[in-house]
Amino acid sequence: MTNSAIRFDKVSRYFGDVKAVDAVDLEIQDGEFFSMLGPSGSGKTTCLRMIAGFDRPTSGSIHLYGQEVSDLPPYDRDVNTVFQDYALFPHMTIGDNIAYGLMIKRVPKAERAKRVDEMLDLVQLAGFAARKPSQLSGGQRQRVALARALINHPKVLLLDEPLGALDLKLRQQMQVELKSIQKRVGITFIFVTHDQEEALTMSDRIAVFNQGKIEQIGSPSDVYERPASSFVAGFVGTSNLVSGEVAKRITGSDQKFSIRPEKIHLGSASNVLTETMYKANGTVRDVIYLGLYTRYLVSLDDGGDLVVIEQNLKTTSMDVLKARDQKVVLFWEKDHISRVGG
Amino acid sequence: MRSKSYGDKASLGLKLGAIGTLLFLHVPLWVIFLYSFTTDESTYSFPLPGLTTKWFGVALQRTDLWDALKLSLQVASLATVAALILGTLAAAAVYRSNFFGRDAVSFLLVLPIALPGIVTGIALRSAIGSLEIPFSFWTIIIGHATFCVVVVYNNVLARFRRMQSSQIEASMDLGANSFQTFRYIVLPNIATALLAGGMLAFALSFDEVIVTTFTAGQQSTLPIWIFSQLVRPRDRPVTNVVATIVILITFLPIFFAQKISAESSDTEGETK
Repeated sequence: MTNSAIRFDKVSRYFGDVKAVDAVDLEIQDGEFFSMLGPSGSGKTTCLRMIAGFDRPTSGSIHLYGQEVSDLPPYDRDVNTVFQDYALFPHMTIGDNIAYGLMIKRVPKAERAKRVDEMLDLVQLAGFAARKPSQLSGGQRQRVALARALINHPKVLLLDEPLGALDLKLRQQMQVELKSIQKRVGITFIFVTHDQEEALTMSDRIAVFNQGKIEQIGSPSDVYERPASSFVAGFVGTSNLVSGEVAKRITGSDQKFSIRPEKIHLGSASNVLTETMYKANGTVRDVIYLGLYTRYLVSLDDGGDLVVIEQNLKTTSMDVLKARDQKVVLFWEKDHISRVGG
Repeated sequence: MRSKSYGDKASLGLKLGAIGTLLFLHVPLWVIFLYSFTTDESTYSFPLPGLTTKWFGVALQRTDLWDALKLSLQVASLATVAALILGTLAAAAVYRSNFFGRDAVSFLLVLPIALPGIVTGIALRSAIGSLEIPFSFWTIIIGHATFCVVVVYNNVLARFRRMQSSQIEASMDLGANSFQTFRYIVLPNIATALLAGGMLAFALSFDEVIVTTFTAGQQSTLPIWIFSQLVRPRDRPVTNVVATIVILITFLPIFFAQKISAESSDTEGETK
């Protein structure tokens, strides 16, 4: 029990009739990079706000390193937050923004200045202490927000979609940087995002939220390779869901399953298939050439469509476009399907 | 943002209009200024029969004038302080929480400034009378506070709405309690709004006549004193001297209030 950083016991939060968070049980380990992934309104941000103390559970309890914190105000909790809009104080310099937590704790001025410098080094903004937030770019403000939270050495750092406002290049760069900062400081990070790629890139474990409940908790590869529900299969990456009669023709069981588009091979009747594979016959309806890979939409003879993705290792756009309206055989390893409920 | 396609220069008609409007607004003030130096005791004759500064000396001797000025300053100061406190609290309540009838409360707060002063005056007079509170210094302040609160409330509420609300959460998150958050985050954010609102409230209170006539007892504030001077003139130019002094005194705060609110709206534009 000692190494659990956060524990949720049947935590619910209702807003009127809306169950924003519905009896969630959750345990986050010390030192973990944990992501809460889900569409907007799925309850992930409300969970984060309850950990921070901005919101209180309607019922259930939240423990922070074994201590019950459900009713503590934000300023009595040893957690800090990086806000979606950064929430920097516009009337203060970058240095004063970062030192704010220490100033409130009455840390002597000399030590404050020293620790601010350390933090500015950590987030690669050395020499920015005297500037105002309005003079910084989005990516720089983001780093200041991170430094302002980390300087207090919180037990847990909460990040509320902190990369949402950055452009793609900067976002990918910050993903790598966040992960390396987390390793260096060794603090538990709880990261809220609706971007599945972001969650897969950085997390040790991911909780997938839907309609106030957790659909699945697991490592990125668990969640991606073995989605526990059709919601997870659809939300994390793209996936083909096959059910009913079609599923029965292919696998011999009418239980619903999901198969990732990149696991499916596109072949013809001449391909020799082994015992470990499933196959399905169909016709290519659409071909979308995307440079790195090509996406095919194949209508199965037994009904239903499958999306297939193949990397363009040897083919060019001229080659792949010829596949339109051709009869094809699709095949994939039996291991690669994931039986899903619901 | 100026549209470049029409050029940077205003048309002649617009210039003349602007000059005309400024003259219309300011020539009467110059006339008052001029007449405070006239040698003619009882009428406004033009051109001036002669120039003298003796009325400034006479004004200095008139204790009734200085009592009125002192009363006006006291009333305006206290009404402004009350407005700053009540207006800020009301704005914070309306901004922070979402209670039943919030819009109605907001509307009712703003109403006194739209209502004709005569209505506010009569209403206050009968209310104060029926409560059997003696008309005094304090009833004047209550009367003035009704419309002073509004200007502070409007200024502060507008500022709250432009402020990122996550700043308050961030401050609490970083360990500051409510008091510290107000002191270090909220107050600096609304400081210029308080200054501008406070100056406006002070100016409104300082020259208020209508509500004051209904809520005052035997006291006369400066505007009421000037008004009674017009009806029963004694040393008429003294009134002009007073007006000149008041113009000079009010010029500075209004000038700075304008400057401050212009500057703060500039910087907020930058951070967006």
